[in-house]
Amino acid sequence: MLGYIGRRILATIPVMAVVGLFVFSLLYFAPGDPAAIIAGDQATPDDVARIRATLGLDRPFLVRFWEWSWQILHGDLGTSIFTNLPVTTMIGQRVQPTVSLMLVTLVFAIVVAVPLGVVAAWKAGSLIDRLVMGLAVMGFSVPVFVVGYVLAYVFALELGWLPVQGYTPIEQGLWPWLANLILPAVTLGLVYIALIARVTRATMLDVLSQDYVRTARAKGLSQGPVLFIHALKNAAVPIVTVIGIGIALLIGGAVVTETVFAIPGLGRLTVDAILRRDYPVIQGVVLLFSFVYVLVNLAIDLSYTLLDPRIRY
Amino acid sequence: MHRRTFLKGSAALGLAAPQIARPALAQGAKVLRFVPQANLANFDPIWGTQYVVRNAGTLVWDMLYGVDAQLNPQRQMVESEEVSGDKLTWTFRLRPGLTWHDGEPVQAKDVVASLTRWMARDPIGQMIRGIQDELAATDDRTFRWRLKKPFPKLLYALGKTNAPMALMMPERIAKTDPFTQITEYVGSGPMKFVRNEWVPGARAVFETFAGYKPRDEPNSWLAGGKRMLVDRVEWVIMPDAATASAALQNGEVDWWENPISDLVPLLRKNANLNVDIADPLGNVGSFRMNHLHPPFDNPKIRQAVMTAMSQEDYMRAIVGDDDSLWKKLPGFFTPGTPLYSEAGGANVGKGDIALGRKLLKEAGYKGEPVTCIVAQDQGITKAQGDITADLLKQMGFNVDFVATDWGTTGTRRTSKAPPSQGGWNMFHTWHAGADTINPAGYPAVRASGDKAWFGWPNIPPVETAIAEWFDAADLAAEKAAIDKVNAAAIEGVVYVPTGFFLGYQSWRKNVSGIVKGPIPFTWGVSKA
Repeated sequence: MLGYIGRRILATIPVMAVVGLFVFSLLYFAPGDPAAIIAGDQATPDDVARIRATLGLDRPFLVRFWEWSWQILHGDLGTSIFTNLPVTTMIGQRVQPTVSLMLVTLVFAIVVAVPLGVVAAWKAGSLIDRLVMGLAVMGFSVPVFVVGYVLAYVFALELGWLPVQGYTPIEQGLWPWLANLILPAVTLGLVYIALIARVTRATMLDVLSQDYVRTARAKGLSQGPVLFIHALKNAAVPIVTVIGIGIALLIGGAVVTETVFAIPGLGRLTVDAILRRDYPVIQGVVLLFSFVYVLVNLAIDLSYTLLDPRIRY
Repeated sequence: MHRRTFLKGSAALGLAAPQIARPALAQGAKVLRFVPQANLANFDPIWGTQYVVRNAGTLVWDMLYGVDAQLNPQRQMVESEEVSGDKLTWTFRLRPGLTWHDGEPVQAKDVVASLTRWMARDPIGQMIRGIQDELAATDDRTFRWRLKKPFPKLLYALGKTNAPMALMMPERIAKTDPFTQITEYVGSGPMKFVRNEWVPGARAVFETFAGYKPRDEPNSWLAGGKRMLVDRVEWVIMPDAATASAALQNGEVDWWENPISDLVPLLRKNANLNVDIADPLGNVGSFRMNHLHPPFDNPKIRQAVMTAMSQEDYMRAIVGDDDSLWKKLPGFFTPGTPLYSEAGGANVGKGDIALGRKLLKEAGYKGEPVTCIVAQDQGITKAQGDITADLLKQMGFNVDFVATDWGTTGTRRTSKAPPSQGGWNMFHTWHAGADTINPAGYPAVRASGDKAWFGWPNIPPVETAIAEWFDAADLAAEKAAIDKVNAAAIEGVVYVPTGFFLGYQSWRKNVSGIVKGPIPFTWGVSKA
């Protein structure tokens, strides 16, 4: 097992190298110039050229790539062209809001979606099943920003129960922290709920037709233990897999959600950096996201051994 | 964990929550929460000339002079000035008792270093540098500026609102290369920048500087006593207009610098909000044609476009149906200001497509593609670009519409290459009306060929008239010169003005003292 984990962690190195090369090349060849943005409207072409030279943006691709790679190997993601702050500092400022949003969304989505999927499978073909699946289709179909605006209008502006925007660090209190996250988490969670609920239902339908479920029922077990102990545990591997895949969905959705609710997270940092062509920040954030995604996949693979004793690495 | 244990733990956390640390704000501290027009992505108002940086800069760094609401420069850090009889030597004396935020006294050597850095980046500063003989501190509070020829607009240059402004910094900071960003944010202005609370893209915080000595005169824009009536100003960056609107209505922020016109009716319905014009100097919409390449190297084709376009179409696309927000602009200078001119503007923006087509035919248009680059991520450029594309097609142009973002537009417009090799024929932008009150800080109206702004118009009569304006000794002579600039710039079509438009600002009714101006002036603003 430890050997497997070690091999998987080592395998992230070439993955990160390919991601790094790809992102760097993409940004190098993409149109746009941070020097022109910095110089502003009043600047002459000479001013722009001088700023470009000061930032080292006029040097050849290989020189710049080598320098950047060397920095990365030393744990340095570089310095933002615009803010003059280390990229690690900027990421550090933004990690807590995004992680908080993702965790609350994840918990909310799993708590809602798994029981919904189980009930839909149990009552397959009934009105409840159709309602749940209808909700799932809606969750997939309605754009995140529409849900966000509607929730903010109802629960913040009309009812005044929750704030419209912003983020309060957890150090300032559990409720202020959570109050800022409820609406964004519900907004972001709807797509995720739809995904998990559908997969849970499909997997449970398969499991519920297995002999051991019939045996459990024949032993006289009530519906609850049959569904949630015997069946759900055996349906867990595909559900956990889709939860892992959905992390990528969350990362993408966080960009829109953080914008709609003005949460100062990594999603907004990425969009701002792209619009300004802040290359070091874009590269740093993409590397981080890739690394997190690789780790999440590893964690999911490892979780299979807990969920299904037949799986061994 | 058992369910009851979990519930008990959760409840305990919830009860404990309010006691967990909060920001160390003094009891009853007055905090003004402000939504600026854009993100404060950097904080060097000389290195980066974005308006948002300038606006934040005026809180932290003070100026020698500042223009008032009548656009006249008034003394600010300066106590007195003297000019020699030949108008070549200026001697300035600083007010006593000025200090930097770190407690050090403001000295003349700091001013000399700050002016030197500013002159390297500011267009009018570069003109002054070109005629400068000597700039030197003569004692701790006095500095002398010797010029090779008189420069009547010197005090205006030191107090103007357009970026980069002549903001004063300590010598050790001001000695930073003007093309390299500063790393220390120490000024002598009314507020201190709280660096450790700065989250670029999310918020910037300023605290009142107790050591600031405001002037005795009442404040008027950048002039007079800059008295802070709140303890702390928090800039909350909100990229989404609907969110900013909701936050203002909900009382989560106090003042929004630039609500979009679509949301203004909603804000007006809210009894807790005020809505008013933000800046009476407004904005001038613009599209520029590249004078270097066909078809717009032909002045007659440029004139055909200028005649065929309808300013009303452009303005309605930008501000909607609110007629109080726009007016036609048959010229290049800000309406309502002393130098406003309509000279030669009879045919600008007539909206006569048939006449435009006829002129285009007479000019000998050969069907060359027109590469029109339009930034889609800026509402104003997108709206203008859509109108232009339709205009050009109606006129019979072969349009190559390039939908892109502002970052790409900013780069591509610097290219002098032919459009087919990465260059361009047209792009859209707009200019703050504060920048277009005269030619001093207005590179877009210059027509000096290779050294001119993007599009590189080469129209000598424009440059001659601008030189006359710089040398003008009184307002009458200035007006005469500007009439010539306007007429010549229209004749040669330096660029096409698409109209004059205003924007709104909105604030909660418990906030008072907000004035209309080119910068959201925070001094004099109080919160109940």
